[in-house]
Amino acid sequence: MSARRDTEPDTRVPWPLAVPAVLAVLFLLLPLSGLLLRTPWTELPQLLAEPAALQALRLSLITATAATALSLFLGVPLAWVLARSRRPGISLLRAFVTLPLVLPPVVGGVALLMAFGRRGIFGQYIYEYTGFSLPFTVWAVIIAETFVAMPFLVVTVEGALRSADRGLEEAAATLGSGPFATFRRVTLPLIWPSLIAGSVLTWARALGEFGATATFAGSFPGTTQTMPIYIYETMQSEPDAAIALSLVLLVVSVTVLALLRDRWLNSGTRL
Amino acid sequence: MAQQRDPAVSAPVSTSSLIEGLDADVQVSRGAFALSAHVRVPGGEVLAVLGPNGAGKTTLLRTLAGLIPLRQGRISIAGTVWDDPATDVFKDATERRIGLVFQDYRLFPHLSVLDNVAFAPRARGVKRAAARAHALETLQTLGLDALAARRPAQLSGGQAQRVALARALASGPAMMLLDEPLAALDARTRLEIRSELRRRLTSFSGPSIVVTHDPLEALVLADRILVLEEGRIVQTGTPAEVARRPVTEYVARLMGLNLYAGRLIDPAHGRIRLDSGGELIAASIPEGLPADAKVLAVLAPTAISLHLGELPEGSPRNVWAGTVSGVELLTDRVRVAVKGAPDALVDVTAAAVAELRLTPGLEVQLSAKAGEVTAYPAP
Repeated sequence: MSARRDTEPDTRVPWPLAVPAVLAVLFLLLPLSGLLLRTPWTELPQLLAEPAALQALRLSLITATAATALSLFLGVPLAWVLARSRRPGISLLRAFVTLPLVLPPVVGGVALLMAFGRRGIFGQYIYEYTGFSLPFTVWAVIIAETFVAMPFLVVTVEGALRSADRGLEEAAATLGSGPFATFRRVTLPLIWPSLIAGSVLTWARALGEFGATATFAGSFPGTTQTMPIYIYETMQSEPDAAIALSLVLLVVSVTVLALLRDRWLNSGTRL
Repeated sequence: MAQQRDPAVSAPVSTSSLIEGLDADVQVSRGAFALSAHVRVPGGEVLAVLGPNGAGKTTLLRTLAGLIPLRQGRISIAGTVWDDPATDVFKDATERRIGLVFQDYRLFPHLSVLDNVAFAPRARGVKRAAARAHALETLQTLGLDALAARRPAQLSGGQAQRVALARALASGPAMMLLDEPLAALDARTRLEIRSELRRRLTSFSGPSIVVTHDPLEALVLADRILVLEEGRIVQTGTPAEVARRPVTEYVARLMGLNLYAGRLIDPAHGRIRLDSGGELIAASIPEGLPADAKVLAVLAPTAISLHLGELPEGSPRNVWAGTVSGVELLTDRVRVAVKGAPDALVDVTAAAVAELRLTPGLEVQLSAKAGEVTAYPAP
């Protein structure tokens, strides 16, 4: 036994771990402080009130919210199927639908273009019969964002459904409640916190979407030029405007982190 | 007495009341485990299903509830078929109208007590206001209306148990099923809820089945007890019959009795040769039993006397030697396990333990009067 009689476990950090850890913190935080230091704080209100900036901001908010709504409508049922179905091939299906989590977004954009472009596999028929071409419209933005962000919702909700108490669903069944009524009246309220968390995550991911959107929807001010694309395009010509909008996205990110702190800041991530 | 025969035979009921009741021939298997039991419960009767862990009690309950489909057999209630693999009829839990009280209650944590109780009427299409009115009425009947606005998390164990019962009753069930309803309660609450539960179930007009591993619960709650062991019915009868004349070691132990299986070697003198070695003499033997008939004999631990060396005056007709193998303190006495021919559990006072210095390995003499030995035909 050592002479130390602390009841606390030993918390000294060996230097081969401490030094890289400090470097890692600096590496992650220095760029953000650079952004904060270079922000033209006094001109910030005018910069954000610029019509072009406002337009990008509004478009981003609308499309991210629409993408989240679409993800909820399609993703929650998908999560339920993935969590509850015992059919063979479900795990393979899960792998495929969560692929966009790791797929480079720009590849997603190319894939969307190949599928729904004017001359795409499905898009050519849509164009032929309706005269409607999806790419480079606001709908394309929403679809690109949903494609990239929906898996976040699916994964979060599926995890919640898996760990939800099946016994309560059984109890509901014995009380005469059919499967869909049970889902609506018992399961959904039980997984509510995860549903909120998944929606916030999805929304934040959609808001920051760049690669797929730029590829599939392009960059038309007012229709497809979302905030990240606007920032990228104005960085050379008007860096102050780009920095101002970057700050907005940073604030959104910090807010999301604060909202999800119970799930993430406690050790042991449960996505 | 018929102990192991068909329950409908040992508890005679008219056919008309059977129509109101449950008639279930349950055959299911899960892996190596197979459950095969024919259960009949007339309307208004409370049947306790008693058995050790893994006997198939919960499987039986889940089968009746429609949570597990039958492999073979048939379940019908009040003339309506719920499950019949032969004709491919299967009504699932949603359609069965059963009031199932789970061991862990399974109250919906996001709903108030009132909405928990109103859940079943709502699920069956009753408008919210009407469902709540019905729920409130049920809560009032059970004296629980003060809890209506609470969430399940704000209830004590006893309150949660009552609410679970209220929720099951409010669904207008054709049958009540209760899975270890008192197991999650502390001893004092259990005592209180037990008598209340007995009243509620007695006033329920359909059949009720209570699954339990607690013999006292079965004795107090039920009109009839069915003992399930390893997926088979080993005994059915009234609580008094089961308590007095257990047919298996498991039930005998639950009832606190020494049970011996043997053969009647001398009907005139009541001599029984025990399978485990030794002999017992019973003062009376059921009439008409031939020599060599298989019989069971029970002897209460309190009816056996334990001595060191000299036997006392008087002449108990059963005397045998043994070795103390264990001493266990019960609440008001000490139970001594003795190895011998036959083995026996003997109840003595704590003072006797001290006086006789009873420790494992000690040689003792046991004696029991013939009048204390109850013998009956083995099933």
